[in-house]
Amino acid sequence: MAHFKFDNLLTEMTRLDAPLTSGPPMRFNRKSSSGLGLSPRPVRTPGLTPTFPDSGHAVKSPTSARTPGKSPARLPVPQHRGRWKTPSKTPNKSSQHQHDRFIPNRTNSDFDMAGFTLTRPEGEEDEEVQSPTKVEYQKQLGAAMNIPENAKILSYKENKPKPAVGHANNLQVIYSKTKALGPNQVHKRIIPKVPERILDAPELLDDYYLNLLDWSSTNQMSVALGPAIYIWDASSGRIVQLMSTAVPNEYMSAVKWIQQGTILGVGTSQGEVELWDVPTEKKIRSMGGHAARVGSLSWNSHILTSGSRSGAIHHHDVRVANHNVGILNNHTQDVCGLAWSPDGKMLASGGNDNVLNIWSNVLGSDVSPLLTLTHHQAAVKALAWCPWQHNIMASGGGTADRHIRLWNAQSGCPLTCIDAKSQVCSVLFNQHHNELISGHGFSQNQLTIWRYPDLSKITDLEGHKARVLNLAMSPDCTMVASAAADETIRIWNCFAVDKRKKSSSVKPTGQPETIMLKSSRIR
Amino acid sequence: MAATASKNAITLKGSTEIVAEFFDYGINSILYQRGIYPPETFTRVQKYGLTLLMSTDDSIKDYLSKVISQIKEWLMDMTVSKLVVVIKSLAANEVLERWQFDVECDKTILTESKPREKSEKEIHEGIRAVIRQITASVTFLPLIEEPCSFDLLVYTDKDLDVPDSWGESGPQFVADSEEVRLRSFTTTIHKVDTMVAYKKSS
Repeated sequence: MAHFKFDNLLTEMTRLDAPLTSGPPMRFNRKSSSGLGLSPRPVRTPGLTPTFPDSGHAVKSPTSARTPGKSPARLPVPQHRGRWKTPSKTPNKSSQHQHDRFIPNRTNSDFDMAGFTLTRPEGEEDEEVQSPTKVEYQKQLGAAMNIPENAKILSYKENKPKPAVGHANNLQVIYSKTKALGPNQVHKRIIPKVPERILDAPELLDDYYLNLLDWSSTNQMSVALGPAIYIWDASSGRIVQLMSTAVPNEYMSAVKWIQQGTILGVGTSQGEVELWDVPTEKKIRSMGGHAARVGSLSWNSHILTSGSRSGAIHHHDVRVANHNVGILNNHTQDVCGLAWSPDGKMLASGGNDNVLNIWSNVLGSDVSPLLTLTHHQAAVKALAWCPWQHNIMASGGGTADRHIRLWNAQSGCPLTCIDAKSQVCSVLFNQHHNELISGHGFSQNQLTIWRYPDLSKITDLEGHKARVLNLAMSPDCTMVASAAADETIRIWNCFAVDKRKKSSSVKPTGQPETIMLKSSRIR
Repeated sequence: MAATASKNAITLKGSTEIVAEFFDYGINSILYQRGIYPPETFTRVQKYGLTLLMSTDDSIKDYLSKVISQIKEWLMDMTVSKLVVVIKSLAANEVLERWQFDVECDKTILTESKPREKSEKEIHEGIRAVIRQITASVTFLPLIEEPCSFDLLVYTDKDLDVPDSWGESGPQFVADSEEVRLRSFTTTIHKVDTMVAYKKSS
């Protein structure tokens, strides 16, 4: 029963002005009982701990003995909410059921106490006064946040080192690939779909039968732009106009670097074959002999082979005065593709007569081709020899043919054939990735990368607005330059070698690519 | 004989030095191995019979030396209970990894006058094992692919006076974490347990 008494007591305490049923008698009670008009006001010292003489023993709640230590006004504690009526505006029926009117009675109100509790500044309460609920709450909060109860977590605030800006963890290279490629897994390399660089090439002739672009082993790119030849040094970005013809209506129709990379063979529309020393920008010699323009050139050490519009192929020994050391007559029309095999033993030539010929390296004038391949239905301009496998050759046909074919040049056996669905203007092998890249005309004007040897398409590189005329591979075999009829040369970083493979890669010749493309436009 | 005996003896001060030194090398190893800073800013140092990588970046060196000299004081007072290296992603400000070094101090040393016996070689062997594990942890920890920063937290006694340059912090736990305990070593006065918590890879 004690706790009911306590409840009532507390309710009264919190309502301050309610009539008290316990404690000192009311004034009218005293008046009526004693007959005296006045009696001293019940003494209560202002303080935090009012005494409860009649219920002191009942105060001890199971949770804490400190509960009543709180100021009375703050007593309602959440954990008792279930059975504890919060003081509300509704008058407490249990204590008021005998009264029908509310009569404010201020005599017993402890104004000192009330004033103190109201005006007491926040935060004055010390550790001892903190409600057990609050303590408990903080404990729970700390536990929930995993803050250890008896520890502080400190952190040094001054001059924190800045994180490395722009530093990406490159451990990915080492750790991202833990599993070896399974038989069915295809290694996907990311090929940038946009060109690394676009160079202007004004006056680039839109003529399928010419070969206007070449990239030397010394990392210089030569391009014939109408009557002039420009050299773009890919390492420094320097642009040099090598020459420009003064003859009206003459234009440069073919450029080809010697393997060593300082001498440039040039074919002109007048049928001349010229040799230029690029470092000194001087013409070394001019070699005549062709009846029509020279549209294709290919070097085999000191032999420069040129193909002309007349269908004739001439071998020029550039060391001797009598340079013409061989004539190959088989093509009936424009020879637009010429390529010596890497070992210099075979020459492939393609013409506008849809014929692909394979020649031996025998010089002289009475030579017939080793093989004549007539599978193509259009001019054969795109020719490339496989650098890693002897006797493998790729060829691509023109608009009416649109096929890329792989050949065994020794036997003439066609290996693979794929319909590229577009004019094939150029084809190149890439030895880092065992892939081929081809340049195409209408309608996408794209470059396509093919997997060797099955010629499955890997990706298309689109961007040119008109047909791609020529392709050239950078000396380190990581980039491809494409010259197109939209008068631009685009450089594609499509054969980037990842560092893991680089150590085992075949030849890291040439300059590092970082310095390779430092420069701007060709003009 | 007396010389060898004194060499194997370990005092609170010596133990503090060893533990603080371990923290220095350990934190540097974590920063290098987890790729928080570019590897070219680290230099090779021979320590504990291992080749360790120490940052040459002045701001990192300065920061670490300040923190560690303060930790040394606390180690001497035996008021430090944990040192935590938190690795946070910069973009999301998300805690990705949490390297925790629990320090247990044997407070009886304060009352004992006689120094403990444990050779430096033995202690270094213990430290070497821990650092080797830190180095090897890159093989199982998820790859950190985004730019990250690091933070050092020190758990101290509650009644410690916080120096001006230090501020209180949250514990910065890794959400949805996986934990791996590494080896521990002891100097007989300080026992250091190492643990790494990392984000579970989905």
